[in-house]
Amino acid sequence: MASIWEYANPVKFIRTTDRVLPWLSAAAVVTLLVGLVWGFFFTPDDYRQGSTVKIIYLHVPAALMAINAWLMMLVASLIWIVRRHHVSALAARAAAPVGAVMTVIALVTGALWGQPMWGTWWEWDPRLTSFLILFLFYLGYMALWAAIEDDDTAADLTSILCLVGSVFAILSRYAVNFWNQGLHQGASVMRAGALAGDTEERVSNIFAVPLFVSMAGFALLFIALVFLRTQTEIRARRTRALMARERMG
Amino acid sequence: MIALLTRDLRLGVRAGGGFGLGLAFFLIVTVLVPFSIGPESALLARIAPGILWLGALLACLLSLDRILTLDWEDGSLDLLATAPLPMEGIVSIKALAHWITTGLPLVLVAPALGVLLNLPGPGYLWVTVSLLLGTPALSVIGTFGAALTVGIKRGGLLLSLLVLPLYVPTLIFGAEVARRGAAGLEVVTPLTLLAGITFGVIALLPFASAAVLRINLR
Amino acid sequence: MMPDLGKYADVVLSSYAVSILLIVALVGVSIWRARRIKAELDRVETRGIRRG
Repeated sequence: MASIWEYANPVKFIRTTDRVLPWLSAAAVVTLLVGLVWGFFFTPDDYRQGSTVKIIYLHVPAALMAINAWLMMLVASLIWIVRRHHVSALAARAAAPVGAVMTVIALVTGALWGQPMWGTWWEWDPRLTSFLILFLFYLGYMALWAAIEDDDTAADLTSILCLVGSVFAILSRYAVNFWNQGLHQGASVMRAGALAGDTEERVSNIFAVPLFVSMAGFALLFIALVFLRTQTEIRARRTRALMARERMG
Repeated sequence: MIALLTRDLRLGVRAGGGFGLGLAFFLIVTVLVPFSIGPESALLARIAPGILWLGALLACLLSLDRILTLDWEDGSLDLLATAPLPMEGIVSIKALAHWITTGLPLVLVAPALGVLLNLPGPGYLWVTVSLLLGTPALSVIGTFGAALTVGIKRGGLLLSLLVLPLYVPTLIFGAEVARRGAAGLEVVTPLTLLAGITFGVIALLPFASAAVLRINLR
Repeated sequence: MMPDLGKYADVVLSSYAVSILLIVALVGVSIWRARRIKAELDRVETRGIRRG
């Protein structure tokens, strides 16, 4: 009988997440620590990439969450447009900075990894380039939220930007693929990038298990942060409303 | 609709409408490029298509906030919203007027500026064709950005931040056509993709722009 | 205890350092802002009750 839409009520959302948050945060910290410590201390070096393979436990989960955060924002924006639940719009707002930080982590670790592997800090590899563009989308989205004073207008405009942005992000992904092939015909330098991408097939079990733990840790951390930040946004919104009412009366 | 278009065109061409500014900006950017990277003609010839595309894109970007801001400030946008014309029609006309006053002149002067950058022979045709096909998309996407930021004071910088990532696919395919054309390579694939983006954007994005404008006019 | 990272030690260590720093900063900012906003809301709410 408990429908998911009950959590659209801000009070109910805050009450429930308050109960869940301590456990969720603890689980996130433990999982993240286990994954990263396992990955950092107890995995062997790759025969070809040496110890740089340890970067995978940060790079891949961060990249995964960078994309998933945007997907979550897209779903939340759609829910806001269709059903007009404020919690949904605020959750999208809360997720954006988390997604942006994940994108930065993915880019920085990618660059650090690329330096010894490809011999350059930055390669205009389709994957890296797409992430840079994704980061720009996050920046624009957050800037638009920050620029508009009226909460509902901001929620409406940013959710439409999120929808349009998603379409253009996918277009850019294909465009960038095309563009780079256009530059380097049949380049094979990028195989190292493929290894980072297709983990399931290419990385053997020794690396895969801690990687999955690490991914779970990042996911839990993301959920916990979004809950916390959504609470904050709900409270900030309520504060603004109360202060506005005080000024009126 | 025609009346709105002619009104917008007349306002755009009139003094203060910024008609010549975009062109002047395009010219200056093109002139500054050899200053910044050196006069070596082989290098200039290689990067000329890309520079022309980038210059046109930036010139286009500069004039975006004129699409809606003036009408917003003097209240004529509210009047237009109550007119029998659907909002989708209004934003499409606005984008068309922007393209005729900004995009089309850029396309026409691009070959002339190509001379300054030592553009190779076959490049002239393809730079013109790709710009002719790509600039409408820039105007339509720009109108979406202008509609998003119309209610924000001093939203110019934000407008650029929002619009530039959306320009990425158009720029990539457009510049690719120009570059391949200048190098004498096959251009059909990027040309079709560029046309696909332009027509898709013209067909679909006015709905988003209209929705955004309706929210802003609430 | 410390695993031998070979010649790539700098790269691996700085990856971990940067990422952990960013995550800690993100969590820190989120918690700090959550506390501040919560206190502010409490203040505004009690003020409202007292007044009327």
